[in-house]
Amino acid sequence: MAKVKKKIKSIRIVADKCTGCRACETICSAFHATPRYSSNNPARSRIRIVREPLRDIYLPVYAGEYTMSECTGRNIYTIDGKEYRECDLCRASCPSRDLFKEPDSGLPLKCDMCEDTPPLAVPKCVEWCLAEALIYEEREEEVEEEPALADIEISVEALIDKYGLQHVLDSVARRAKS
Amino acid sequence: MRYAETGFNLEIDLTRGSIDREESDPRDTELYLGGLGMNAKIIWDRVLPGIDPYSEDNLLIFGTGLLCGTPAPGNNRTIVSTISPQTKLFAYSMMGGFFAPELKYAGYDRVVLRGKSEKLCYIWIHNDKVEIRDAEHLRGLGSLETAERIRAELKQPGAQIASIGLAGESRVLYASIEQGRSSASRGGIGAVMGDKGVKAVVVRGTKDVNIADPVKFLELCDGVLKYIKWREDHPIKGVPPILQGLGSPQEMAIVDEEWHTTNFTWGNARTRRKDYWTREIEQKWREKQESVRTRLIGCYNCPMKCGATISVPGLPTYMMKCYSKLTYTMAAFSDLDFGFKIAQKATEYGVDGFSAPQAMAFGLELLENGILTKDDFPGMPEDTEGRFFYLLEKIVRREGIGDYLADGTYWAARRIGKGAEKFDHNTIKKHEQLPLKLGMLNPVYYLMYCTGEKINITQIEGQFPQEPFPTREAREEFVSDWFQVPDEKFKKYYVDWEPRGEMSNPYYPTVEAACEIVDWMEKMHYIDDSLGTCAGLSSFPLKPPYHIHNFPEFIRAATGIDMTKDRLWQTATRTRTLLRALNVRLGMRRADEKPPEDHWRKRFPDLEKQLLDGYYKLKGFNSDGIPTKESLTALSLDYVAEDLEQRGVYHG
Repeated sequence: MAKVKKKIKSIRIVADKCTGCRACETICSAFHATPRYSSNNPARSRIRIVREPLRDIYLPVYAGEYTMSECTGRNIYTIDGKEYRECDLCRASCPSRDLFKEPDSGLPLKCDMCEDTPPLAVPKCVEWCLAEALIYEEREEEVEEEPALADIEISVEALIDKYGLQHVLDSVARRAKS
Repeated sequence: MRYAETGFNLEIDLTRGSIDREESDPRDTELYLGGLGMNAKIIWDRVLPGIDPYSEDNLLIFGTGLLCGTPAPGNNRTIVSTISPQTKLFAYSMMGGFFAPELKYAGYDRVVLRGKSEKLCYIWIHNDKVEIRDAEHLRGLGSLETAERIRAELKQPGAQIASIGLAGESRVLYASIEQGRSSASRGGIGAVMGDKGVKAVVVRGTKDVNIADPVKFLELCDGVLKYIKWREDHPIKGVPPILQGLGSPQEMAIVDEEWHTTNFTWGNARTRRKDYWTREIEQKWREKQESVRTRLIGCYNCPMKCGATISVPGLPTYMMKCYSKLTYTMAAFSDLDFGFKIAQKATEYGVDGFSAPQAMAFGLELLENGILTKDDFPGMPEDTEGRFFYLLEKIVRREGIGDYLADGTYWAARRIGKGAEKFDHNTIKKHEQLPLKLGMLNPVYYLMYCTGEKINITQIEGQFPQEPFPTREAREEFVSDWFQVPDEKFKKYYVDWEPRGEMSNPYYPTVEAACEIVDWMEKMHYIDDSLGTCAGLSSFPLKPPYHIHNFPEFIRAATGIDMTKDRLWQTATRTRTLLRALNVRLGMRRADEKPPEDHWRKRFPDLEKQLLDGYYKLKGFNSDGIPTKESLTALSLDYVAEDLEQRGVYHG
């Protein structure tokens, strides 16, 4: 398969500089409100600070992929004498925790780097972090070109994800007969 | 829909165990904004004179500022109000941190506590679900310990908690309400919380706060952030390092304490040590501060980092803000190592960092002068540090002499008698003041000390420099980009102000200018305290990002209220006048309005009279400091005028 160049956007987290103010959470939730900035609510934010002041834990984490099932990761990592749960370091919106889900509907949230027209210079959380704990980075990577999935294939894949292949096959078979 | 505010108060009757969610009147928001203004209105309406601070009828209000929970940077202040058991006047102490925004996200603008719980309890507010829960298992625990225990038992790591320690439970008259990195400490509000049987108020909220004009509001917020960044790169030259930037004085970041240690007084606000600060001391203090300070930390949605996590080897970690690193250090004639150690205990016990060390130093002074004897301090160690730790333990348990000192220097002196009264030399209106003793009367500070309703200088002073720069050129340069002034005349007042000669203290600034300067500075504090804006980004530092010209725009964009500079000025005047009326109704008069007796060596009775007369006139008060009926009516405070009239306040 052909190699293509892809722009990768990421946020470098300098946890040592985080002051725990949560401005990133405030402005993220405001940016993603509809209409834009019409409300804010850190519980809807796509970036959250794992924050335990008395243990000096300040770890900004921004939302990654949605995952249907929880993983088995329950390990503890000790870094510079401080203990982190594996979940603290994870960006997934997953069934094991409330993080990165809309508080009312439970729908998953994912960081989109504040995609906007016209584009912002940097995501809002980075702009609002005067402590410079969040650094925006862009780089190019060569990746395998992925074939574009047709809409129907995405739908079928989602159905299979949700109900399992056998149920979907059965259902299609029943439909075909009727 | 209500914008910036939620429109709901949480009314909790602790005696009956009832919890009600009550809608507030949006017209009150236009008149009083929120925070302090609304707290004062509620106390005026519902806590009548004659109600004992420790009665069921006294209220304890946790109010949020109008802009708390919006994206406006640094708007996170919780304003706690009650009638003070120490001053018997209206008390409003404030804290930053994370509590107020969380309360907004839970759907409430304020929590109003009345009555008393028979058993120690805590209040658990989780959006629409509110419970009064048993807290007997938390009795005697430290404020931070309590918070950690509650977070664990509720499995709510994101809950924000305002709690009291043992001092609040023991009703120490300077008990604080602690909230992790912040505290509301002044006026004994922690004692009222303890009296009500409430160990903690716990809140977790996951709802939205709405903005009326989102695009404009964001533009204003972005502007403030840009200015903060610019201001960080452009510190004010010619003032001590801790006053050059924004935020609270940067006690946690900066080690250079020459200004405080040589200008402020040591012991029971007595001794100035003009040559204390040496290169060796600086080196020692730097090593100490840098070794225990784990991290500089901020309050909710604020780019400043005025607090710090402090881990002293062998002691539990705690968080410190601002000046408390020096108050114990200096009261005990000790050093920074001791300051960091005792502040850990004091934070857990929950006592005010100004009043507590002063009450201890006062007690030891009485011992030195034979008014108290060794028998009053059984088992007290000989060393100064040991004595302070000893007294702290006695005070928070109200044991022996601690029971006296727990009432603060004013009441303790009167209860002890035998001439102890003259050692209570640093209070105003029964409340301990900054340990500061100076030479020449400063007319602006004279007025602020006398008349401030907060009874605490640091909550009144601010944007006008404390001293003139030595040369006219330096002053001209200072005013060249001073756009925060409400009127150009303030620039002239400053440029003309000389360190010595005719145009210097006490006769310059003139009576008129001094009154206007105080009026401006205190107005900005009233605005901050009603909006929930941290004074560290507004009324306190020189050249702040929030000022009288952009606040109306913030309020307009956030709430949709048609706010202008003139209307905001009037709103601040209204709240200021309402506070005065509240205290007048509680018996405060001109005779109570004086600075600590020995605050200045050189005093000027005629000038001081003119200053107070001028201030009262500018404020619309009569010569006894009582707001006139006309001025109250002009501020839509007719109901206040009627009440004062009915109570015979105007007839002596």
